Amino acid sequence: MRPEQGTMQSRAMAMAALLELLTDQPVIICNGFPSREAYKIADRPTHFYMIGSMGNASAIALGVALAKPNKQVVVFDGDGNVLMGMGTLATVGALKPKNFIHVVFDNEVYGTTGNQPTISNVVPLEKMAKAAGYVNVERVREREDLIYEFTDMLKKDGPSMLLVKINEMVEDVGRVMIDPQDITKRFMKAIQ
Amino acid sequence: MIESDAFVQALQDIGVDFFTGVPDSILGGIIAELMERRLYTPAVREDEAVAMAAGAYMSGKVPAVLMQNSGLGTSLNTLISLNMIYCQPCILIVSWRGYQGKDAPEHLVMGEVMPQFLDTVKIPHRTLSEKTAIDDLKWLAETFMKQRIPVALLMTKGVVRGLHP
Repeated sequence: MRPEQGTMQSRAMAMAALLELLTDQPVIICNGFPSREAYKIADRPTHFYMIGSMGNASAIALGVALAKPNKQVVVFDGDGNVLMGMGTLATVGALKPKNFIHVVFDNEVYGTTGNQPTISNVVPLEKMAKAAGYVNVERVREREDLIYEFTDMLKKDGPSMLLVKINEMVEDVGRVMIDPQDITKRFMKAIQ
Repeated sequence: MIESDAFVQALQDIGVDFFTGVPDSILGGIIAELMERRLYTPAVREDEAVAMAAGAYMSGKVPAVLMQNSGLGTSLNTLISLNMIYCQPCILIVSWRGYQGKDAPEHLVMGEVMPQFLDTVKIPHRTLSEKTAIDDLKWLAETFMKQRIPVALLMTKGVVRGLHP
């Protein structure tokens, strides 16, 4: 039995609400369904859609944040991804980039490979981020809280983590129909 | 022997302006010099360093990642499913532990197979020597610009001055 069973919001619903609050910020989106859903909900040249290198979304975003200190950088990540690249929580916490917002959609499963459980049901990732040195950390379930906290984080100096508890529902989405090389080129041009 | 500050300066001269990585004793002098110049962002794993470098590249930087050759194993998936697929180049400065079978046991297997390993995953590589250093760095920069994939400069012990003699 999952501790937070009954969570109503899907990742796509949460993501759509967040994308409405974003304009031209670079957004790094982790591999698997999150990238495909973001592509379907609102495709923007400032989106970097990942198809491989699981666990590396936050490190890519950190590289952007360090190289572009005047741009706010957002990561759309998942619980499986954060667990795989856990060391990056420490690197972000130590370097403390003010322009870094880490959104973690936490459904407690590896959704893309068939909903095998992760261990985020017992390991609170936002507390690990806080312990590592993230400045602002929030855990939300409801849509109103999600919008309130994200709006707040956009105004604050980071690094920040917004952990969003979501259900396992997945949108009916295809693959990202842009060639990876073109994703790179388009993203580079858009964040110049 | 090449001095660490001359080597770092040479990298800066070919345009490298973002340095990250995970230390090795052979790279100790270079990392100390980079830290003194406030150019070095330490990573906790080599795949993280490679991904950070990719983010920096997309933001207009020319990145280099320093690592021990054991880190090639750790970062392999990032190199092939991020850099190769997305055409994101980076310069890999890789210390060649286990070179000619003379090292601690944990380095011997990678030390022996590293060139073939890099050939297999199609990462161009050269081994730095004092005699050919200028040419080696020129080749690094050209390969980075032309091929837009990771390119490796391998470094055996004693070619660039380390922290310990």
